[in-house]
Amino acid sequence: MNTLANTLFGNLISFIRRILFCILSVGPIPNHVAFILDGNRRFAKKLNLPEGMGHRVGFQSLISVLRYCFDLGVKYVSVYAFSIDNFKRKPEEVQSIMDLMVEKFNEMVEEESIVYQYSVRVYIIGNLSLLSDNVRLAAEKVMKATSSNNKSNLIICLAYTSTDEIVHATQESCDDKWAKIQSSIDGEMMEGKREGCFVIKVADIERRMYMGVAPDPDILVRTSGETRLSNFLLWQTSNCMLYSPRALWPEIGFLHIAWAFLEFQRTYPYLEKKRKEL
Amino acid sequence: MTILPLHLHFSLARSPLKPHSFPHARPQVVTGPAENSVEVNGTYPGGVSGQLPSGLRRELMPSHVAVIMDGNRRWARMRGLPIGSGYEAGAQALRRIVELCCEWGIRVLTVFVFSSDNWFRPKMETDLLMELFERVLKDELQHFERENVRVSLIGDTTKLPKSLQELLANSVGTAQKNSHLHLIMAVNYSGQNDVVQACQKIAVKVKDGLIKPDDINKFLVEKELETNCTDYPHPDLLVRTSGELRISNFLLWQLAYTELYFTNSLWPDFGEDEFVEALFSFQKRQRRYGGRNS
Repeated sequence: MNTLANTLFGNLISFIRRILFCILSVGPIPNHVAFILDGNRRFAKKLNLPEGMGHRVGFQSLISVLRYCFDLGVKYVSVYAFSIDNFKRKPEEVQSIMDLMVEKFNEMVEEESIVYQYSVRVYIIGNLSLLSDNVRLAAEKVMKATSSNNKSNLIICLAYTSTDEIVHATQESCDDKWAKIQSSIDGEMMEGKREGCFVIKVADIERRMYMGVAPDPDILVRTSGETRLSNFLLWQTSNCMLYSPRALWPEIGFLHIAWAFLEFQRTYPYLEKKRKEL
Repeated sequence: MTILPLHLHFSLARSPLKPHSFPHARPQVVTGPAENSVEVNGTYPGGVSGQLPSGLRRELMPSHVAVIMDGNRRWARMRGLPIGSGYEAGAQALRRIVELCCEWGIRVLTVFVFSSDNWFRPKMETDLLMELFERVLKDELQHFERENVRVSLIGDTTKLPKSLQELLANSVGTAQKNSHLHLIMAVNYSGQNDVVQACQKIAVKVKDGLIKPDDINKFLVEKELETNCTDYPHPDLLVRTSGELRISNFLLWQLAYTELYFTNSLWPDFGEDEFVEALFSFQKRQRRYGGRNS
């Protein structure tokens, strides 16, 4: 009897999901959705799970959310997997998260993974020099293995903060400008021309951002009810819709995604108009 | 007084999916410790000032509050009034909030008066806003001096009418020690442009051989941002009225760890009660800065 009830319930949920899918597909779909995966540890504590299990459960949620997004036609999904600030946590916790990353990066290159099902190109961006060698190598391996995938894109922000990204972009811009001056054909560059070479514009910074691999996000979702950016995509979210459901990250479901998309569709005409003006 | 285009807005009441930051309950009475200066959660308590509303704890008051004053035009349209009336009402709301900040010991208040993205609005509207801003500023300058409010300006004023530029130049005072409140007005401001101009200044230092590209770090960038006019450049709390859920190119770098508070109230309706709700919401939050609570 219980099995029948469960089956009926499952079918009902599936039916509702399909209806919502159809409704959402009528309107504009965001091109890029970004997520701050907040609440894993609180979820583990709530359910009395062992330390570290929260992040594992959180990873399962990520897979579900990726399916929803890619099925709906989202081209880019970014996730704030690990901030530079998170290195302040207990070493054991940092280590367990890094071990989980390596495990999951290695799983991604397997054929049954979601990456191949949806032909997802994986980017792992951030200040990767802060990572230990094994994590960095696993990251490079998955980026290389998926470099020819072209249907969707998953951007994993690891050892990332926006302020670090901007500093890095500035350093690179200055490096480039300096190299241009040094290697100019006429070594005796006129003073005025040298001044001109060292003008930094918005395009210079944007070109060298880690997130330059994707357009700006249309929606930024932060779970667990916290409404702050925590140094994530500060530059890129200047006109992005912000959504902060109370659900902890492992509790996030299709309804939350649907709600965020509906809100996006409601504000889309105005945002498009503004984008064209700019 | 910000010109942000009218946007049709509806909200589904009491949905479990609604974002967290739309509090409805009045603050509970909470007794707090004595009012001595203690740094808690990275915020410094404001100067000793008037009585706080019940429920707010002095040691948890934000030092720096930033405001996106959205909804003036919508407010006017809902009442069948001309848009100018909306902005006038918005100016009144700003006066109220400045007074409350002085009274409650908030050190810095940054207000988004006009975005560099707003120039695409009809000329008649931008002219109207500039005239209103000039008039209100003239009226308020003496009041600010009396109340010991220090005024600073961030943004590119070169595109503004000449008379307004002169007035702004006169209103930006020299550093007043022990001022009750530092009011920072963001006029023709863009968060992205602020970061770019900071990077540009750093690039000039590199060109002149004062620093190497490898020396560039976040502290150097911070020093060159326009908010270097204050000791508290990072807002603890950002309030945006009218229900729009975005930053709209305001203080991007500085908002890295700011608690964001979005309310459905339109700016002219944002008064003491609404401000208390925002502060109460802020005081309930756990600010971890990427670390963990013990």
